[in-house]
Amino acid sequence: MTEAPLLDVRNLQTHFRTPDGVNRAVDGLSFHVNAGETVAIVGESGCGKSVTAMSILRLIPEPPGKIAGEIRFQGRDLLKLSEPEMRAIRGNEVSMIFQEPMTSLNPVLTVARQIGETVRLHQGLSRQDAERKSVEMLRLVGIPAPERRVKEYPHQLSGGMRQRVMIAMALACNPQLLIADEPTTALDVTIQAQILDLMRDLKHRVGAAIVLITHDLGVVAEVAERVIVMYAGRKVEEASVEDLFANPKHPYTQGLLGAVPKLGSSLDGTTERLAEIPGLVPSLKQRIEGCVFAGRCPKVTDLCRAVAPALEPKAPRHTAACHYAEKERLAA
Amino acid sequence: MLAYTLRRIVATIPVMAVVALFVFSLLYISPGDPAAVIAGDQATPADVERIRASLGLDRPYLVRFAEWAWNIMRGDLGTSIFTNLPVSTMIQQRIQPTLSLMVITLILAICIAVPMGVVAAWKQGTWIDRLVMGFAVLGFSVPVFVVGYLLAYVFALELDWLPVQGYTPFERGFWPWLQNLILPSVALGGVYIALIARITRATMLEVLQQDYIRTARAKGVAQPGILFLHALKNAAVPIVTVIGIGVALLIGGAVVTESVFAIPGLGRLTVDAILRRDYPVIQGVILLFSFTYVLVNLVIDLLYTLFDPRIRY
Repeated sequence: MTEAPLLDVRNLQTHFRTPDGVNRAVDGLSFHVNAGETVAIVGESGCGKSVTAMSILRLIPEPPGKIAGEIRFQGRDLLKLSEPEMRAIRGNEVSMIFQEPMTSLNPVLTVARQIGETVRLHQGLSRQDAERKSVEMLRLVGIPAPERRVKEYPHQLSGGMRQRVMIAMALACNPQLLIADEPTTALDVTIQAQILDLMRDLKHRVGAAIVLITHDLGVVAEVAERVIVMYAGRKVEEASVEDLFANPKHPYTQGLLGAVPKLGSSLDGTTERLAEIPGLVPSLKQRIEGCVFAGRCPKVTDLCRAVAPALEPKAPRHTAACHYAEKERLAA
Repeated sequence: MLAYTLRRIVATIPVMAVVALFVFSLLYISPGDPAAVIAGDQATPADVERIRASLGLDRPYLVRFAEWAWNIMRGDLGTSIFTNLPVSTMIQQRIQPTLSLMVITLILAICIAVPMGVVAAWKQGTWIDRLVMGFAVLGFSVPVFVVGYLLAYVFALELDWLPVQGYTPFERGFWPWLQNLILPSVALGGVYIALIARITRATMLEVLQQDYIRTARAKGVAQPGILFLHALKNAAVPIVTVIGIGVALLIGGAVVTESVFAIPGLGRLTVDAILRRDYPVIQGVILLFSFTYVLVNLVIDLLYTLFDPRIRY
């Protein structure tokens, strides 16, 4: 690594105080994102991936939340910034797209107002210039008749179009980092593909790095370069996308990949029962001794229950937190 | 929109007809006899009977109602039994103080209550929130006349900042007019402020949980923009509804407030008319109040479209 990464998260801990104990939603997560790179964070519901996304922009309400660790963005620790300094970064240098395009847009403001707000806020554009910029952004994200659409309200748009508006809004200030939290989950499959194509296309044009939060491994394979697998608030494996799909090291990752249905498998007679991972994500309210995945792991031993495995390199640029993942040559 | 407005205005006619019938019947069955009041304590039953006949009160119920209704449709509210002045003239003389009181109270209440509710929702669970809610409970539970006399005692008698009572017409200058209305408006506005503040807080709490508020935060919008643009506009429909419903509270409260602060308005006229069984005046004033209420609610319905683009008529 020659230059410093764009985003460098070190030992991130996001905890929530609840009436029955502290919920350790993210517990000691470290990862980095280089400029222009697409990194996917995958895991089941409740593994802490959305909380991670929200923590980067400090959108977690404090209290009851508490974010600790370091989030270095272009060398500055975001956790040490004041609220006004943080506001200058949100929507400007780092922006975010959310899962639900139906509810993530304000229903009583026009599209122009909502896209224009970002550029007026961060670039000091006049109302007219902001509206012109909104039209330009809508054209960029491929919405037909942008001059007309910009004057409409969210309820007049389809789900796919609303997500395009969200993307237009997020990219209006040319951010260096785009955090996309399940951007396609709520959309029809055909629209999903369109939105993914759009994101890939715009990423090259704008040059933004993307952190893609998803539980959909299909989406990961489609757009990501590097993948971080999260489980119970921790990173259990990290590798390039090719490496991860070809050679998953952690039993949890192996389980996730085994649970993906193969298209057309019932037609050519190769259907087997989908491999499921038994059990549920453990409660994050108690401190977990040993490996976090021990309770559901098919290969569990006494060692796993007693000692938490460290994240260590198992192959070139491939780390996993498992006692039994075989190590390959680490010459490179 | 225009067609809808016209339709709604036409629809007020049957409503007003029902109100008219109701008001007339209520007075018909209520005890008390204007003829006896006019005749005085010394009058013989024959005198009372004669006066009753001259007022037309001896005729059957339906005949009297039909005559009254027919006159209203021609724009004639009748003549007062006591002053012999047309009811419309008496209302005209008294309408300015009441209208002034209600408009000032409305403006005052909205300007105080909405920010109060918004801040309480934002600072939910803190001492600010508890203070606002405590004030709302007080506003609901302390009657207008208690607040009125307290205010008059402190701000007029002790501090001598504002006049104790009375009314100065608008024609004699804005400040003298406003000076006389401040204390009555605060007294009358108490319940209204409490009502609006509570509904604003409750609605804002719900709106602030919505995904689009999170989106606005992620865009870097500062707290005032979140609260007063993104959230309040979404919370506007229930708030405006309550403001409209509350106008009924204002009408009722105006009667008491005008008595406490000796304001020669419609409220005082109503009370006097009831005490004297001046039927045409009572009927005229109540009809006017109901019409105002129906009209206010029409305006509220039209205001919805201003705040929420999903509502179209």
